[in-house]
Amino acid sequence: MSVSVEEVRHVADLANLELTAEELPRMAKDLNAVLGYIAQLNELDTSAVEPMAQVGEALGLKPAREGETLRGDSVRTSIERDAVMAEAPETDGRFFKVPRVIER
Amino acid sequence: MEVERKMSLQSLTLAEARSAVVEGRVSAVALAEQHFERIAAVDGEIHSFLALTRERALAQAERVDAAVRAGEEVGPLAGVPVGIKDVLTTRGVETTAGSKILSGYHPPYDATAVARLEAAGAVVLGKLNCDEFAMGSSNENSAYGPVKNPRALDRVPGGSSGGSAAAVAAGLCVASLGTDTGGSIRQPAAFCGVVGVLPTYGRVSRYGLIAFASSLDRVGPFARSVEDAATVLQVMAGPDEMDATASLQPVADYSAEMGKGVEGLRIGVPEEYFGEGLNPEIREAIERVLDGLKGAGCSLHKVSLPHTRYAVPTYYVLATAEASSNLSRFDGVRYGLRTKDGATLTAMFRNTRDEGFGAEVKRRILLGTYVLSAGYYDAYYRKAQQVRSLLARDFVQAFAGVDAIVAPVTPTAAFKLGEKTSDPLQMYLEDIYTVSASLAGICGMSVPCGETSAGLPIGVQVLGRYFDEATMLRVGAGVERLQRG
Repeated sequence: MSVSVEEVRHVADLANLELTAEELPRMAKDLNAVLGYIAQLNELDTSAVEPMAQVGEALGLKPAREGETLRGDSVRTSIERDAVMAEAPETDGRFFKVPRVIER
Repeated sequence: MEVERKMSLQSLTLAEARSAVVEGRVSAVALAEQHFERIAAVDGEIHSFLALTRERALAQAERVDAAVRAGEEVGPLAGVPVGIKDVLTTRGVETTAGSKILSGYHPPYDATAVARLEAAGAVVLGKLNCDEFAMGSSNENSAYGPVKNPRALDRVPGGSSGGSAAAVAAGLCVASLGTDTGGSIRQPAAFCGVVGVLPTYGRVSRYGLIAFASSLDRVGPFARSVEDAATVLQVMAGPDEMDATASLQPVADYSAEMGKGVEGLRIGVPEEYFGEGLNPEIREAIERVLDGLKGAGCSLHKVSLPHTRYAVPTYYVLATAEASSNLSRFDGVRYGLRTKDGATLTAMFRNTRDEGFGAEVKRRILLGTYVLSAGYYDAYYRKAQQVRSLLARDFVQAFAGVDAIVAPVTPTAAFKLGEKTSDPLQMYLEDIYTVSASLAGICGMSVPCGETSAGLPIGVQVLGRYFDEATMLRVGAGVERLQRG
């Protein structure tokens, strides 16, 4: 399986990345090298193996036990709005401002 | 004050620093100032710090000194100067994750690990350089320039926690925090000749750790001795209501456990970690450690971790997939960089990410997006998750017959700056001995165990069972005693 420059452009689109004309072929080459290496996973028959998404699964944590680390659902003070908004590139103090979305 | 002058910052242990402060032989303020002086003198070349937090450090040091003068009980890290990897948030202090896209970001909260260190009396000197979003094995992916290995300035310190390892090795802080997703604590610890500990997944809260791959990311300490690293881990370990993956498993008393020594422990030696590609000098150093442990009363047992060679490809599917999702939050809206070149919302997103992310981060986002995209999910992502199960199972089976596993950390000692930057795959293979433990979720550590003929540090890796940091640290302390003769 080989990834074309066109496919890299498509994936970059999905990831909201803008790649330059110079970056595209380089990324295609690197991706192909790594995917070629990853292909060795196909040597393994995993048809009877459960996928592992979290370490808790390897420990056999029962669903009942999983919920114990969740805190109570109660109203509490969160991070101050001012401190959060102060970090935004553009804001009116209440909302984040972004460039125009809808043309009219 | 005489004692203070004689203190050599490069060999000062945490225990020594704290007792000097607690016994009034040096003030916490003076100790912090001495470290700032040394940073000013040598870090221009090493470049381990991205930001110094002088005001915060001195305010904390003054609080510690006042408590000591008042005869109050002080914490286990009282007055101890520490550095924090820049992927951990620090309230009001610029936190960049080594990326341009977060330049100028002042988080409104502290990471739990940082807050617990400070609550125990630690003095945070500043933020430490790292690979961008912790993606790298050499610290050459930092948007703010590479870190140099204090033991050999033409060499890399390892990555991604290169600054955290280098600062401790160079005597710029007594201990530091790093993070490890695929080897980012153990490998730089080995390259710089310091102790680095990867706790079990869930042992230390990830709250405030800027996410790279959430099912793999962990916070852990660097220090100059196993005992010091254990002290820092003790302070951080335990549940946190801000992180549901932080485990409720009880935390052992590490210091008491380490006092038990290593006699009678069963040590596993995995044949897959001693194959082709392992530098002969490193092999000899690890074999010396094994002989020494045997002499100290351990029994050695061959174990097999048969899926080891599939760990790196598995890791680069899962870690990049999670990263592509985690890093979608950097869009120029809520924090950090926003491009000036963004007439529409989409153009703003894209140009911000183009300007803000470095080449390796883009490469991993692309790979991660690709393996998750329609038609490839089962072939790559699900497949890799299945192999992850096999890797975890390998360890569970091996640990049925042994108490700890001893292996190399890296196939070679620290390589030269620029040596591997042109070939991403070669760089990924650096993680060959570290990623299996990352994927399985078990604990591990790197302990210095000698030098190559060129004088470069060698580290030995000790792996432990899930939540059995105590036994791992016992073996680590045993390895350390062997080095001291």
